[in-house]
Amino acid sequence: MLTFILKRLGESFFVLLVMSLLVFTGVYAIGNPVDLLIAPEATAQDIEQVTRSLGLDKPLWEQYFYFLKQVLNGDLGRSFMFSTPAIELLLSRMPATMELALAAMFIATVLGIPLGLIAGLKADSWIGKTIMTVSILGFSLPTFWVGLVLIMFFAVELGWLPSSGRGPTSTLLGMPVSFLSWDGLKHLFLPALNLALFKLALIIRLTRAGTQEALLQDYVKYARAKGLRARRIIGVHVLKNIMIPIVTVIGLEFGSVIAFAIVTESIFAWPGMGKLLIDSINNLDRPVIVAYLCVIVVFFVVINLLVDLAYAFLDPRVRLGASAK
Amino acid sequence: MRLRRLTGLFLFSIITAAFSPAMAADLKVGVGADITSMDPHYVNLFPNNGVAEHIYNKLVTLDPDSRLIPDLAESWTTVDPTTWEFKLRKGVKFHDGSDFTAADVIFSYDRVGKIPNSPGPFTVYTKAIISSEIVDDHTIRFKTAAPYPLLPNDLSTIYIVSKKVAGTATTEDFNAGKVNIGTGPFKFVEFKRGDRIELARNDAYWGKKPAWEKVTLRILPNDPTRLAALLSGDVDAIENIPTPDFAKIKANPNLLTSTKTSHRIIFFHIDQLRDQTPFVTDKDGKPLEKNPFKDLKVRQAISKAIDREAIKTRVMEGLSLPTGNLVPAPMFGHVPSLTPEKYDLDGAKKLLAEAGYPNGFNLTLHAPNNRYVNDDQIAQTVAQMLTRAGITTKIVTMPMGVYLGHASKLEYSFAMLGWGASTGESSSALRPLLATFTPDKGLGGFNWGRYSNPAMDAVLAKAMATIDDKQREALLQEAAILSMKDIGLLPLHHQINTWATKKGVVYTPRTDEYTLAQEFQPK
Repeated sequence: MLTFILKRLGESFFVLLVMSLLVFTGVYAIGNPVDLLIAPEATAQDIEQVTRSLGLDKPLWEQYFYFLKQVLNGDLGRSFMFSTPAIELLLSRMPATMELALAAMFIATVLGIPLGLIAGLKADSWIGKTIMTVSILGFSLPTFWVGLVLIMFFAVELGWLPSSGRGPTSTLLGMPVSFLSWDGLKHLFLPALNLALFKLALIIRLTRAGTQEALLQDYVKYARAKGLRARRIIGVHVLKNIMIPIVTVIGLEFGSVIAFAIVTESIFAWPGMGKLLIDSINNLDRPVIVAYLCVIVVFFVVINLLVDLAYAFLDPRVRLGASAK
Repeated sequence: MRLRRLTGLFLFSIITAAFSPAMAADLKVGVGADITSMDPHYVNLFPNNGVAEHIYNKLVTLDPDSRLIPDLAESWTTVDPTTWEFKLRKGVKFHDGSDFTAADVIFSYDRVGKIPNSPGPFTVYTKAIISSEIVDDHTIRFKTAAPYPLLPNDLSTIYIVSKKVAGTATTEDFNAGKVNIGTGPFKFVEFKRGDRIELARNDAYWGKKPAWEKVTLRILPNDPTRLAALLSGDVDAIENIPTPDFAKIKANPNLLTSTKTSHRIIFFHIDQLRDQTPFVTDKDGKPLEKNPFKDLKVRQAISKAIDREAIKTRVMEGLSLPTGNLVPAPMFGHVPSLTPEKYDLDGAKKLLAEAGYPNGFNLTLHAPNNRYVNDDQIAQTVAQMLTRAGITTKIVTMPMGVYLGHASKLEYSFAMLGWGASTGESSSALRPLLATFTPDKGLGGFNWGRYSNPAMDAVLAKAMATIDDKQREALLQEAAILSMKDIGLLPLHHQINTWATKKGVVYTPRTDEYTLAQEFQPK
């Protein structure tokens, strides 16, 4: 078990190294942030001085090694635009993104698994067919369009919910969260729903397929023959056996929800990390871009690890120690 | 039982919210760009300055037409050609109640030069000052190395902070909201990154008191989101209405709009330096022997081939002002006689034939696609207009961050740029865009076409050494006429700034594009 975890962490270290090199070279190739930001009246000396003070005059490899050296000291660099350490900037924006992602996954799971079960159990009834038809919409409609429609309908036409932004925050376990107040929930609902739709459709389809497959298995037939109540058959024999693929998907999709919350964050003016990334790319704010991607890579690694550990918990046949040989 | 109590509470909160008298004195404004720092000296970035305008004053400021007016300085004169004397306003207090004096001014100007790691420092605007002297608490003298008439314009960009409070403050201290003490119409309350800025009225403000007790600046960079926030009543006013929506907003009986010609001009730089220019070929795709743009007739033909009125009506939905000038009226240096070139396709073809290109040539034009209002659509339209005149034109557009690096290395032949005369006079366009490229003097830094006219340079240099406003304006006008006659750059139009407010709130629109809570009034 421990070897498995250590091996995983070792692998992810290399991923981080390669990724940072790619981003570094990529942003360097695009251009110099000083060109974008310097005042038009600046003389050549002014520009040179600013470029030097930011360390951007040095050759690329030298900048990269300096960056690596700083990383070893726990410093991912300072944002050019914000003058704040990049990691601090990200951490200040992270609670908002995490809250949005968790709320979206919550909606997707809490609605998706029951709806998928119903669709699987009653595949031929009108309700099963309706669920499946609607889930196609969840897959195929672009997030930004759905987001705008949600805003137009619930905020502009009906006036029930605020159109954008994050509600007032209160502190929970040292993190600013907004879901503890009514106003905060009202702000959270539409963006979370918007972000959840795609995952919701995914979970419905996955649960339905799993359910239909499980219903044909011998252990379900046997349980029926034994005269167990339908509730127990579904709750224990079916649900537990279809959880493995669902947990995998929820886990992996959680990573992508965080990474791709960008669109929803932009449309709903949600002050999360994704919006920060877009601005940083436009302004060539390299320290923030690198730090953001490092954080996301670490997220994916940790989530994958947790998913693997959850397997062992759900399915005793999976032995992590064995797979690490 | 419990449910009923909850419902009661809920209803009560709705009723109190609806009838709360405090609502009337609050203003929520949706602004269109993210704000990176609360330190007014960290980086010279338009959205950041837009916030600082609420909290701090400057010695000199710009009125809605971008003409210089007194702010913390009541008056200014030159004692001798290289010495400026500023008389400061008396009785002005900072938000913490302390007095504003000359020491705060000196401190602020020094602080600008001590900010570490700024990618766009304000020092460009303070460097003309070689020494300063406090005559008394409300009189200050600045020495410049040579006669420098633009000092008041330059100082209209530097915000005055309190020496007492911000004495050793870092940018972090400002971001944390610890030292944000100014003399402006609003006090700083809170900064939530990427989300909002909260301000409260400064009841002791020395100038005209703003109408709003509390102001929230919501950061809403996404256009549809900002619009939806206004339509749903989440905010009372927004800036930068997307052009396709403007007509609908204007027709909406619950909303008011206001517009003003921007100081920003959209134009093309045309390569006039090289004998062969990279993105021009003959009709078969082979490089041309000489750069056709070096011929004034070709540049004139291009100008005539562009229908600026059509761009205004079709692309900009009426929200542009076709121009032949560098700055809009009534800004300092505007030339009334420089009218926009009339669309004349036959004339353009004739000029091209005279220049030796009866069949035209091939061109690729370059433009940013995320910086100016409808920039990529303007590029497409201009390309089609040139193609009609015989210059078969392709376009390449890209985000500003990518574009600027390539363009400033002169990799393009025909490149779009936008320019705002942010200090309120035309030399701030003439010097970087049209003066002969002289990096040591900070001239021609954005002159991508490398236009060079020694006669114009001489007039501009003379203007820059002329303290007298009348004489200087005449010289600047002469420089503009010289360079525009040569088509040193190809002007298209000025953008029109737009604001929309809910009924009952009016905005005094501004040329400098700022959205200032103090300029909103209940009606």
